[in-house]
Amino acid sequence: LISRRLCILKGIYPHEPKHKKKVNKGSTAARTFYLLKDIKFLLHEPIVNKFREYKVFVRKLRKAYGKSEWSTVERLKDNKPSYKLDHIVKERYPTFVDALRDLDDALSMCFLFSTFPRTGKCHVQTIQLCRRLAVEFLNYVIASRSLRKVFLSIKGIYYQAEVLGQPVTWITPYTFAHDHPTDVDYRVMATFTEFYTTLLGFVNFRLYQSLNLVYPPKIDGQADVELKPAEGKEYAMDSESYLEKLSALSASLARVVAPSHEDEVELDEFPVEGETAEQMDARKKEQEALEKHKKLFEGLRFFLNREVPREALAFIIRCFGGQVSWDKSLCIGATYDVSDPSITHHIVDRPWVEKQVVGRYYLQPQWVFDSVNAKLCLPVADYFPGVLLPPHLSPFVMEQEGDYIPPEKLKLLAMQRGENPDDESEEEEEEEEEADDDKEEEEEEDESEKEEEVKLKKIEEQKTQSNKALPVKVTAGKLHLEDKKRLEQEQQSEEKRLAIMMMKKREKYLYNKIMFGKKRKVREANKLAAKRKAHDDAMKGEKKKSKKMR
Amino acid sequence: DIRNTVGNIPMEWYQDFPHIGYDLEGRRIYKPLRSRDELDTFLEKMDNPDYWRTVQDKMTGADIRLTDEQVELVQRLQKGQFGDVHFDPYEPAVDFFSREVMIHPVTNRPADKRSFIPSLIEKEKVSKLVHAIKMGWIKPRKPRDDSPTYYDLWAHEDPNSILGRHKMHVPAPKMKLPGHEESYNPPPEYLLSEEERLAWEQQEPSERRLSVLPQRFQCLRAVPAYSRFIHERFERCLDLYLCPRQRKMRVNVDPEDLIPKLPKPRDLQPFPTTQALIYRGHSSLVRCLSISPNGQWLVSGSDDSSLRFWEVPTARCLRTLPLEGVVKSVSWNPNPTLCLVAVAVEQSVLLVNPCLGDKLLYGATDQLLESYEAPEEQRVQPTQWLVATPEQHSQGIRLLIQHSKPVKQVTWHGKGDYLASVVADNSNMQVLIHQTSKRWSQNPFRKSKGQVQRVLFHPIRPYFFVATQRYVRIYNLLKQELTKKLMTNCKWVSSMAIHPGGDNIICGSYDSKLAWFDLDLSTRPYQMLRHHKKALRAVAFHRHYPLFASGSDDGTVIVCHGMVYNDLLQNPLLVPVKVLKGHVTTLDLGVLDVLFHPTQPWVFSSGADGTIRLYT
Repeated sequence: LISRRLCILKGIYPHEPKHKKKVNKGSTAARTFYLLKDIKFLLHEPIVNKFREYKVFVRKLRKAYGKSEWSTVERLKDNKPSYKLDHIVKERYPTFVDALRDLDDALSMCFLFSTFPRTGKCHVQTIQLCRRLAVEFLNYVIASRSLRKVFLSIKGIYYQAEVLGQPVTWITPYTFAHDHPTDVDYRVMATFTEFYTTLLGFVNFRLYQSLNLVYPPKIDGQADVELKPAEGKEYAMDSESYLEKLSALSASLARVVAPSHEDEVELDEFPVEGETAEQMDARKKEQEALEKHKKLFEGLRFFLNREVPREALAFIIRCFGGQVSWDKSLCIGATYDVSDPSITHHIVDRPWVEKQVVGRYYLQPQWVFDSVNAKLCLPVADYFPGVLLPPHLSPFVMEQEGDYIPPEKLKLLAMQRGENPDDESEEEEEEEEEADDDKEEEEEEDESEKEEEVKLKKIEEQKTQSNKALPVKVTAGKLHLEDKKRLEQEQQSEEKRLAIMMMKKREKYLYNKIMFGKKRKVREANKLAAKRKAHDDAMKGEKKKSKKMR
Repeated sequence: DIRNTVGNIPMEWYQDFPHIGYDLEGRRIYKPLRSRDELDTFLEKMDNPDYWRTVQDKMTGADIRLTDEQVELVQRLQKGQFGDVHFDPYEPAVDFFSREVMIHPVTNRPADKRSFIPSLIEKEKVSKLVHAIKMGWIKPRKPRDDSPTYYDLWAHEDPNSILGRHKMHVPAPKMKLPGHEESYNPPPEYLLSEEERLAWEQQEPSERRLSVLPQRFQCLRAVPAYSRFIHERFERCLDLYLCPRQRKMRVNVDPEDLIPKLPKPRDLQPFPTTQALIYRGHSSLVRCLSISPNGQWLVSGSDDSSLRFWEVPTARCLRTLPLEGVVKSVSWNPNPTLCLVAVAVEQSVLLVNPCLGDKLLYGATDQLLESYEAPEEQRVQPTQWLVATPEQHSQGIRLLIQHSKPVKQVTWHGKGDYLASVVADNSNMQVLIHQTSKRWSQNPFRKSKGQVQRVLFHPIRPYFFVATQRYVRIYNLLKQELTKKLMTNCKWVSSMAIHPGGDNIICGSYDSKLAWFDLDLSTRPYQMLRHHKKALRAVAFHRHYPLFASGSDDGTVIVCHGMVYNDLLQNPLLVPVKVLKGHVTTLDLGVLDVLFHPTQPWVFSSGADGTIRLYT
């Protein structure tokens, strides 16, 4: 009934009726319902006529081909109808912030399409356009230094940037060839991509404008000259190599207005009404932390070995102010050589490095990701090549009270607060671990104490204990004391149980649901903690064994 | 070549002949003798230096040695060169028909006539085009669109410009962000154990809590491509345009706030809290209980076809009355000047004088019963009144009311003269009202309104309550009409009790609900309590204290505080105060009857485990 393409472009989605049975004429079979208003809205869209025109064009063209009327074919092709999605973008996103809020899917899709091979599946132009837009966006993020979080997942690499105050998250696949699944309708994806490319193009334009950058992006003149002599001969066409140079992400972009340091004027402070000095201070501190985070890799020079994912690492390092280079044969845009003595960090992903140069750290790529998430340069010792890496934690998890927090995260939080747990020697580490464990246990207890369910269990346990203890000699005074406390608790819990009995049906349902969720959460957290403890114990046992062997 | 005259034929035709053809004179040309075997051929090959250039002539069968010129020709042809040594394939070509106009024409042909007159075909074509243009079939080429593809779309954005449709627009929810378990190198506790992994694999993909199996890789270079990446993007696309969107209000309530604030049970004392006594003796489930008006004696009827009388404070069984059937119901006469118990056994209601307590009292009861004088004219009765045989009389049975069907329930009127019985039947004869002093029964209903579960007399006013499966009907006995019909909202009412004040009723049902009716308020329940987990079997009110209790198949008795205020504006206050446990559930039955002590805040309960328990 309704064109799928139109729905996708206009962002129309089905509606769940309030009375499904009434709407569906008594049947409860699953059906999708669209609002009549939405359908009318679709029918008034001027692009519908364009689509019709295009359909007619295709029919005419096919006929001309069939009759071998080549002049007609040519004439028709000259007048090929085209359509633009600008007004739909404007309509769906009346303000720029709206567009930014909905950018996640657009970016992920563009990054996926830009990795497609140039054969079959979709038009080459689409792939090229996606690649171009994605690279432009990456360059913007570098120029504005708005990257905040990165995460190496099994699925791909997650990035989160804060663009004009809006968090924008996207995922890129690892750079491998796709084996295209057969049960995926690429036409749907292509329609989405068509809209997303239009959206992303306009967003990019606006973003570049906001930073006074030239759009379409141009590499900064100075850097361009630096690049040219090295690369000029090897690349045939300037236009082709330009995108590649851009996508190397190693050069800064040209600005409309020459950047001056006066731009970084300190923001005037407008005291907001009702804001206390403490809040102001906190905000100021936050601002400072952010500034520091932005300049995380400032002054560091990185070199990427050929086996590490170049684009991701180059992007991240450049986003935080570091300088980065790679082997000249790997990609265009390398700025310095392996032998450069000023290199501070060499990112390597092999079990060992044969020729080590003195004066630089050889590190695994996870160091870069973990440092960015921790907002500080982590100690390098854990990340040397061939070393068993510490777990890579997700920066997107915000632990609330009662959630399970992995011990690594606790350590990291302590480090961020300024405590330095690494000062102790390794021998003490074990003790510290134990202490950690103890701490965990304490925390667990704390958690459980809050949970009344566990409390009840405890009471029962006590009961059984006391019951067991009854035939055995126990001093009367002590027992009495315990009894009093226990009785009080018992009474309270019974009062609560009785009150729960009197709840209304709906409230009781809600209450049970909430309590079920809470209990499940606690159960899961406890399970994780227990698992971790078992694992740590096993590790400790192994360590001791190996020590004994020695 | 005319040495052989056979012509251009396949020479295999002569394979089987000794000759190979005929010469000019018609004589046979014989094949040369081939007596050489393989060895000879080999020796020849080795010895003869010209062997490589010797070929066999097919036409004559003779061996010919090629000359040097012939060998060279063969070699040139093999290389793909022209046979002629002197031929030059790369001579510069001379183009005769060039653009340069020569002085002399290439051909001497005179010009055609058609080169002087306008072409008809062209005219036709042009006219066709002209017609097509006139008709608008052919359009001029569109001017090229030079406007830039991307420009500042939001240059004049109006923050308040929300289109009509966008009022209802629900923005798509963002995708879930990954947790620790999705990391390529997660903390060890997030990795699944063997059983968890198996369970994960057996689950439907839509039911899984984790979309991917957590895995650990030693280093970044070992991480493979994620095979479902395109799938996931595609599914997201489908979600975006095919899923209905709805704003779901996230409930953000503190569960503690949901619990109603009730007065503390401690402040609502007295109520029974602990189990004080157990009355043992019955060998089967104890179906019914009743207590004497002064609260000294307890009577219980059981499935072991016996009636037992107990002394309340000592739990001593004073008398056992063996009967010929299961005791369905027992009721002690509420009149304190009488000592009489009505017992429903099989098809009869027995009136038993237990001969307990004050001798004067039970003697007076016997006298009262004996003082009956039969009226002159015998009226037609639905039942038969029989005087007990001497044997039965010695046991204490005084009168028998014989019904036509098994009796389910007996209950006394507050004055102690009238007695109602419920018969398991579907006709209008279900409820019968008997008058003991006149030994007279009557059937108050003309029509059956469904299966009657319970009947009850109003403690003060002349009202009669009849509980069918789903409704409670209230009849005015004086006016003989229906006054009210209460909707219980239950599937099957099991028990009913009335507040001593007479304005409130509670109904227990087999679907584990307890309905409290305020008769002044409405015909619907004032409050439904779902505090039991299984079917309710019995409910009871206390005569003085604001307490009521309910016994259920889950083996518990729940005592609630049910305060009724004299002020009509104030609704009754219901607070559960105590859950009493003790009965063991046997045969899926727990507590079968509950009963309050007439003066003390004590509650009795009889259970399927054959015991009666007293909670004080």
